Amino acid sequence: MSIFFTKEQSPIPGFRLTLGYAVLYLSLIVLIPLSATFLKTATMSWPAFVHAVASPRVLASYRLTFGASLFAALINAVFGTLIAWVLARYRFPFRKIVDAAVDLPFALPTAVAGIALSAIYAPNGWIGRWLQPLGIKAVYTPLGVVIALTFISLPFVVRTVQPVLEDLEPELEEAAASLGANRWHTFVRVLLPPLYPALLTGFALAFARALGEYGSVVFISGNMPMRTEITPLLIITKLEQYDYTGATAIAVVMLVISFSLLLLINLLQKWSLSKTRA
Amino acid sequence: MAGSISRLTQSSGLARRATHDPVWVQWTLTAVALVFLGLFLFIPLAAVFSEALRRGFGPYFASFRNPDAISAIRLTLTVALISVPLNLVFGVAASWAIAKFNFWGKSLLITLIDLPFAVSPVISGLIFVLIFGMQGWFGPWLSAHHLQIIFAVPGIVLATIFVSFPFVARELIPLMQAQGNEEEYAALTLGATGWQTFRYVTLPNIKWGLFYGVILCNARAMGEFGAVSVVSGHIRGRTNTIPLHVEILYNEYNFVAAFAVASLLSFLALITLALKSFVEAKGRSSRSSSFETPNA
Repeated sequence: MSIFFTKEQSPIPGFRLTLGYAVLYLSLIVLIPLSATFLKTATMSWPAFVHAVASPRVLASYRLTFGASLFAALINAVFGTLIAWVLARYRFPFRKIVDAAVDLPFALPTAVAGIALSAIYAPNGWIGRWLQPLGIKAVYTPLGVVIALTFISLPFVVRTVQPVLEDLEPELEEAAASLGANRWHTFVRVLLPPLYPALLTGFALAFARALGEYGSVVFISGNMPMRTEITPLLIITKLEQYDYTGATAIAVVMLVISFSLLLLINLLQKWSLSKTRA
Repeated sequence: MAGSISRLTQSSGLARRATHDPVWVQWTLTAVALVFLGLFLFIPLAAVFSEALRRGFGPYFASFRNPDAISAIRLTLTVALISVPLNLVFGVAASWAIAKFNFWGKSLLITLIDLPFAVSPVISGLIFVLIFGMQGWFGPWLSAHHLQIIFAVPGIVLATIFVSFPFVARELIPLMQAQGNEEEYAALTLGATGWQTFRYVTLPNIKWGLFYGVILCNARAMGEFGAVSVVSGHIRGRTNTIPLHVEILYNEYNFVAAFAVASLLSFLALITLALKSFVEAKGRSSRSSSFETPNA
């Protein structure tokens, strides 16, 4: 246990016990299992790896997954900021319930979201029947994937931006107004800049969540290869064909991207903290 | 006097105009936000209950009497009963180590705890297939001893533990860091043992955060679909959890039953949100009161 040492002696007991247990549990449940993907991929030859992760069908799934996730995160960046603004600044009936409901995508199982979205966007569904005369098809198209990903990543931007908005000092806006700025200028020049780190963090979190999403998408997307097949589904398809190495190779590509995003989000959060402290 | 009052109201009127939007802007922005939330949150939620009750209450309740539905509910409860307490103990231990001590690699440990959030649920299932599956590290040994983990309950439990792993620790770490160590020092000085300090000093301070973490952990454990789907094997009546049962019913075009079972999970989500609001309100009031005491 000598690798764990405290910087200073603390009178509080339980350091070795709790840290040892936490590290052991973390290793058994998270680290060793995750390393299995990298070890499995390391047994592949380079051409086999490239073939597994860069075949046309896989590339098409990356395009869809990244494109739809980016779209969903952008939609949520705009509407999430708007919702955070409305919740932080305005008073209206049922505001508390609306505020609590923003977290619904965190609490609702993804499979339930998936079948509910498919039902309402189907051509005879509550929303789908209004889209059909316009020639818009949502179910079994990339649009459906974007809708599902927008749903599941909805809370992130709201929940990162809202606390920053609530903490902004009204003096800033008063100063801007007394110096002759109109409301729009005040918003763009004074209110928005302190929101950028939180907004970017929320955007990155939403994007990262959308990239890996499976449950809510598979019902609405129709899962057609080359057209509406997302990367996580392709991993499952390969597993069902007993192509374990192929599935693992794609998983490694996704893991590397996810970890890079996680690193980026950590840096963004540090930046955001330094901004609010300054 | 009168002049200064009128100047005061004038300036506060100016401040109001500077910091508040015109009413029409407020109405428009609120309306846009509510329409967006309506489209993406409230309509899907309403659709679940509407589809479930499409043929009335008889078929709705009949969906829960189906033996496969009963075994799915039983399995989901079993899995949550195993995985939530394990993650609870881990969460408390990890937060104690991180919040009460300074050590080398602490920020790395915090990042690693968040790792399962960054991993696709499908990959969370895949990793356990790679270890315990037939072609996996322990596959041959397990099958020689007639032990099954993948396509059986232990695999479902492992995948569920993985995806619901960070919730308790994530709630407790910031809370315990904000509370500091002074009360624990006082208890130890007065002769309390480590366990007594935790039980009577730390635990009452963190109980709402802990409760909230457990609620979130439980919601994720009961609702997980992707990870469990990879390891379960979808054996009816044996390895189907509630979300997997919903999928099977839906794919068989048995929509009323699918949405009926889904409504059960939606109730769980609504209860989770209600408890969350309740706990947040509790946390706010207890935090503000503890902040007020030093001033008083």
